Amino acid sequence: MGYARDVGALARKDLLLELRARDTLPAMLLFVGSVFVVFHFALPGTSSRLATAGLLWVAILFTALLGLGRAFVPEREQRTFDGLVLAPCDRSAIWLAKSLATLAFLVAAELVALPLYALFFHSVGGATVAAVALADLGICGVGTFLGAMAVATRARDLILPLLFLPLAMPIVVGAVGATVVDSPGRYLGFLALYDLLFAVICWASFEYVVAE
Amino acid sequence: MLTARRLGKRYGEKRVLRRIDLAVPRGGFLVVTGPNGSGKTTLLRICAGLAQPTEGTIERAVQRAQVGYLGHEPLVYRELTALENLELYGRLYRIPERRERIGMLLERFGLWEARHDRVASYSRGMTQRLGLCRVLLHEPELLVLDEPYSALDEAGAELLDAQLAELGGESTFVLATHDPARVEPLASGRLALA
Amino acid sequence: MNRSAATIQAVGRTRISLPVLAGASLVLVTTALAFVFFVAPNDADQGFSQRIFYFHVSIAITAYGCFAGAAWKALRHLWKRDPRADLESYVFVHQGVIFGTLVLLTGSIWAKISWGHWWLWSEDQLVLFLVLFLFYCAYFMLRFSVDPGPQRANLSAVYALFGVVLIPVSFAAIRLSKQLIHPVVFTRDGPNFHGWILVTYCLAQVALPVLAYTLYRLELSAKRLDGRLRDLREVLA
Repeated sequence: MGYARDVGALARKDLLLELRARDTLPAMLLFVGSVFVVFHFALPGTSSRLATAGLLWVAILFTALLGLGRAFVPEREQRTFDGLVLAPCDRSAIWLAKSLATLAFLVAAELVALPLYALFFHSVGGATVAAVALADLGICGVGTFLGAMAVATRARDLILPLLFLPLAMPIVVGAVGATVVDSPGRYLGFLALYDLLFAVICWASFEYVVAE
Repeated sequence: MLTARRLGKRYGEKRVLRRIDLAVPRGGFLVVTGPNGSGKTTLLRICAGLAQPTEGTIERAVQRAQVGYLGHEPLVYRELTALENLELYGRLYRIPERRERIGMLLERFGLWEARHDRVASYSRGMTQRLGLCRVLLHEPELLVLDEPYSALDEAGAELLDAQLAELGGESTFVLATHDPARVEPLASGRLALA
Repeated sequence: MNRSAATIQAVGRTRISLPVLAGASLVLVTTALAFVFFVAPNDADQGFSQRIFYFHVSIAITAYGCFAGAAWKALRHLWKRDPRADLESYVFVHQGVIFGTLVLLTGSIWAKISWGHWWLWSEDQLVLFLVLFLFYCAYFMLRFSVDPGPQRANLSAVYALFGVVLIPVSFAAIRLSKQLIHPVVFTRDGPNFHGWILVTYCLAQVALPVLAYTLYRLELSAKRLDGRLRDLREVLA
């Protein structure tokens, strides 16, 4: 109960910050639109359903990376990590709250991106929406965790994609699979398993990322 | 309250602290002095529990929730208002009668009028006052203050003097400063870093 | 000084001395090589070149072992606060990446010999090692982008733990993706395990982990010597 309140207070702070600064979400929206246009010209001729399904997932992944790269910028620039780490709340609440905030941004971006995809390329089925929902959980959970690691380094923005993409490979497999096959059950199950597994390790080990 | 034995800290090849011994009793007031780069900040971060020593041991007789730490940064979000910042910390520290306590602190440090302004629009001195409000918010037993007088004008400094005098003897203090004369009447121990 | 005392203690506690290990790995690797080239029979389909299989497979298993060792030491660092575990975990990852690179090389050579392509996406093991190679190279990027200290040790340890979870998850993902994108055209049955083939394989499988462990211990003692030297220099300064 107390844990949920901590997460709520922290997530509310992140949403408020975005509402004030308004730099992450507009960037994500513009980015995903531009990527679609670029991909249209990058794919030769009339693109097949399979190829554009891959495109959709590349676009989602990189849009998410854009948001994840910004996730801990306020904490980094204003050094507020010290304040949060000293607070008596469980440190994993910091991860969970930040994951929920980035999830909100990603979902908002996708609410625009998916109709746009349907308009430009091919229609979007129910299985794709389910895959997007499940993949988002994994992307935001793991990505936020790695984002917190990346801000502790000197390389920062440079290092996040390097840490994240190998770990995101299984998400892409599950998501693309669920988008293109007729019976997506196995792929959705795989995504759910991935989310569960990595959520548990992120939750258990976040403490070590923020505290010495 | 705070006992450290043969404390050392090294970042890679660079040594920051070497063999520091200190003991601060409950209600004590330790003043840490030393030139820039002598490791004051690192020592204070270790005292607050934000950093771990690479050698030696440190014992703190308080929980994390009972530590108040003021560093070079005020540890507040620039895009939030003073009130929103203190509300956030108030929730995380589960402060009973949060609103009243926050209002009282803002009033005392002269920030009540500006409570709905974003911290980004504050002057350096106002930000430092807000940082002090944040530190005192949860009535910590151990206060670790790194150059708390920096950026404060004379009125702000006198406010802080009064606050320290009021809490002196009750709370335990570790305070780093360039101007030890200012807190001399309160000090119960001194540590000069070289 | 505490740390160097711990180092001395650690060196004193090790069970097998380094020269013995080095000698053992030299003998084992030479014997394994001799068996691979002179004792094992030619493969019926692929002829002489199939012999790379003995090393390819045992190197891959050794690399997995190194990554597992890294995760184990990482756990010891996080859980028991073992002061030596951070360096040990790092050295394990280092050895794992070296052996992982060898897996990619030998696998690539084998693919070229068998099917005329240097790279095959249908080879699970090869694709997995490519992912792991990228993942653990990022480990080095991470580690060398943070100042040495407790925070670097923590970040490295957490990332090494992610690695050991990533291995089975990636393997499952690669399996899943194959049904999706590539129909399996090539199948490669391992040779029938009997007689000299089995003996040769077992020999290689023993020799390479021993070699890896020797290299691990060698690198570890060199790094610890560096640390002690630094401590000494500081005391004298």
